[in-house]
Amino acid sequence: MSDATVTRKEVRIGAAAWLRANLFNSWISTAVTLALAYIILRAGIAFVEWALINAVWTVPYGPTGIADTAVCQNTKGTGACWAIIADKYRLILFGRFPFAEQWRPAIVVLLFIGLFVMSTVRVAWQRGVQSPALQKVAIGGGAVIVLDNLFGFLMVVAHVGFGLDLAGPLAPIVAGLALLNTLGKFALVFSLLLLWPAVGVWIGTLAVIGMLMFGGVLGMVPVPVDYWGGLPITLILATFGLVFAFPLAILVALGRRSTGMPAVKTLCVVYVELIRGVPLISVLFMASVMFPLFMPQGINIDKLLRAQIAVILFAAAYLAEVVRGGLQALPKGQSEAADAMGLTYWQKTGFIILPQALRLVIPPLVNTFIGFFKDTSLVLIIGIFDLLTMGKVALSDPPWQSFSTEVYIALAFIYILFCYGMSRYSRGLERELNSARGR
Amino acid sequence: MNTSGPAIELDKVNKWFGALHVLRDVSLTVAQGEKVVVCGPSGSGKSTMIRCINRLETHQEGRIVVDGTELTDDLRSLDTIRREVGMVFQSFNLFPHLTILENCTLAPIWVRKMPKAEAEALAMSYLERVRIPEQAKKYPGQLSGGQQQRVAIARALCMRPKIMLFDEPTSALDPEMIKEVLDTMISLAESGMTMVCVTHEMGFARQVADRVVFMDRGEIVESGPPVRMFEAPETDRLKLFLSQILRGH
Repeated sequence: MSDATVTRKEVRIGAAAWLRANLFNSWISTAVTLALAYIILRAGIAFVEWALINAVWTVPYGPTGIADTAVCQNTKGTGACWAIIADKYRLILFGRFPFAEQWRPAIVVLLFIGLFVMSTVRVAWQRGVQSPALQKVAIGGGAVIVLDNLFGFLMVVAHVGFGLDLAGPLAPIVAGLALLNTLGKFALVFSLLLLWPAVGVWIGTLAVIGMLMFGGVLGMVPVPVDYWGGLPITLILATFGLVFAFPLAILVALGRRSTGMPAVKTLCVVYVELIRGVPLISVLFMASVMFPLFMPQGINIDKLLRAQIAVILFAAAYLAEVVRGGLQALPKGQSEAADAMGLTYWQKTGFIILPQALRLVIPPLVNTFIGFFKDTSLVLIIGIFDLLTMGKVALSDPPWQSFSTEVYIALAFIYILFCYGMSRYSRGLERELNSARGR
Repeated sequence: MNTSGPAIELDKVNKWFGALHVLRDVSLTVAQGEKVVVCGPSGSGKSTMIRCINRLETHQEGRIVVDGTELTDDLRSLDTIRREVGMVFQSFNLFPHLTILENCTLAPIWVRKMPKAEAEALAMSYLERVRIPEQAKKYPGQLSGGQQQRVAIARALCMRPKIMLFDEPTSALDPEMIKEVLDTMISLAESGMTMVCVTHEMGFARQVADRVVFMDRGEIVESGPPVRMFEAPETDRLKLFLSQILRGH
């Protein structure tokens, strides 16, 4: 705006001046303001009356423990029945997890939230001690874990494919590897905690989350996956989904842009187009119903794991295209300058290309993240009881059947908390990353 | 590597972009310590030629030998060349997400495997040489164009190259910033660096070039000492080019 326009208008400050300039500066704008204010007030008052003033917070319970929802039925339409939330919140949040053990999924939810909060603090991602010896410990720990799992997989293949039961004759090796695996896990987590604290905390916390959910250790009752449900399922699917899908997406995006390897490029294009071409529901359905048909007898991969893999593969295809957008937006000169300095492909990609490309696509990345957080609710189609499904289950209880509005408002509130958190974080991150760089 | 042979040797190099023949039998030998200025109208293939010298572009026919290493598809030869040859671009190509100091230390640390402290000391010494050590902690976006190009020169020098390539280093600069970059290049030339420079700065060519090479339509039309080239051009094409750029200035 030029100086002339500023001086021509009277410069005013204060709430009254703002109102006048923005809401009442002409008769049309005044009329629109008044009409909208009327609608908003009416709706707002009606909602407050329904949600707070006329709301029913508790209901009496009959001698058999069945809720007497007559009060709620009488106020239906004029007052909310929050008693259903008071009655069902543990079912909605934790599903069919054994009631006495529900402190475990409760801690899991808190651990997840703790991880998210920690991850938003940029200082937390700083590298820890620089020690080549510790790096070797971490790599060694990881290698033993992979080795043990590979060995277990080969044993299963031998058993299923060739009818060889090797568990007996190879028992010492199995036991030895299992011991090494346990030691390897401790070595990996503790060395990572020192080398790169945030990553160590993530892996350690996810391990604790696994222990809490599965049980069977430290005197906790084992709880089969079939009994898991509610918010932990949603958080597990979304967190593992995005944590694994994101690196996969980066590799796919890089592969799709590679010039030297046509086979890799074709594979990446086919993968992305295939996954994008079908609805998530069909991928989940494939994972749940079709996939077991293709597996040899005796191999049974858990349904939640199959859904998790489906979510990862689906999210990765979408994220890959977002990442590719960022890669394409970078000027070619950046890559050429890195080449001219003698950096290798992975050094160039890791230090120069990705940090800039990902920064460019923070808004669409977070958009996809938020979309997938909510899309995890589609697992209800294959009988996995996530948060939204548990809401539906809670509503199937006869006395409470007609109070779906209250349940869905409560569920929406939980989804909004997580999604708004992501959105706020991304805006803060963009500001932080761009402000320091003179843009 | 070799100490006596030429720094750069191009022998009948040919290159096509699709059907377009961009380099036609280009042969050029640059001695160690020699400063060569390449000029010519746009589209004459001069940028393509110097980009072939560090293999940002690949040639299809002929031989290019840099510091005794022939450029082939072999990755090891590529590594060697990229370490020995520094390049400065028209559009600076600094890394905007890294500080000036990080821009300068990245390659020494990761390609030369230099300890961080040593790489930083080296970077500071070159930043002092291009006279902007006080900007080390800033990001490229906070510097003027001339300062950015001087950083780009310092960044290339941090790899301690034997040869420096300049691809129109002043073309993207405002007129008042051209001099500071040229001064930096002149002082680099005085230090004995082998330089190949694509530029239209005739004053710079007169002052530092041992030889001026004039390219047009993908071939080297004429070459010789700057005074002879500018004052007694032999070919009509060079005469035309000189009259055009003199009119433009």
